[in-house]
Amino acid sequence: MYVEKYGYVGMLVFTVLASFWLEFVLKVQVLRRIKRIAQSILPPAIFFLTWDAIAVHRNQWSFDADQVVGIYGPFHLPVEEYLFFIVVPLAVIMTLEAVRRVKIQWRVGDEE
Amino acid sequence: MTYTEIVFLALGLAMALDLLIIKTGLLGRKTFWTSYAIILPFQLLTNWWLTSREIVMYNSKDILGVRIASAPIEDLIYGFALILGVLSLWVHYGKRQRKKTFPA
Repeated sequence: MYVEKYGYVGMLVFTVLASFWLEFVLKVQVLRRIKRIAQSILPPAIFFLTWDAIAVHRNQWSFDADQVVGIYGPFHLPVEEYLFFIVVPLAVIMTLEAVRRVKIQWRVGDEE
Repeated sequence: MTYTEIVFLALGLAMALDLLIIKTGLLGRKTFWTSYAIILPFQLLTNWWLTSREIVMYNSKDILGVRIASAPIEDLIYGFALILGVLSLWVHYGKRQRKKTFPA
């Protein structure tokens, strides 16, 4: 059994399980707002992935080749790293929308 | 730039975005801080997983060396910057889309 290579993917699956239920239980309706998701997660993802690529190139940090599935994207970053910048921001947005559902009297700033 | 320097750059950019550039002002809102308080334990847990198992390894020359739950303290600043940046843009574009749908 080569479970070791799912070490990083396991963290991403956990993040999805811990947050995406909000979509169904609290009906946060994040996933249907595709355009707004893209506008919110792309600029930070580009910033952090650029820095990530430079840091890996300069040996500031590295990923254990035995604990990633072995698919690499541009700049030799593991596919998990790209998925991280989709999964984590989605979990963050769902959390904000969940808090908004529960605390309807609190203003966020984008209300009508 | 070391990891320490770049996390402070990211923090500065995220704060400038929220307070000065698109002026979402999330740093002054209870919804933001409550969300952050919920996310933080999950960040500590997932970071602990990634760093204690050495899935991600840091070069000791590029970090301060202070670790919380096995992860470099820089990760907390990095996480905060990512959360603030994403949510600030989310709220900003929510406002814009609403304006387009219901013009004043």
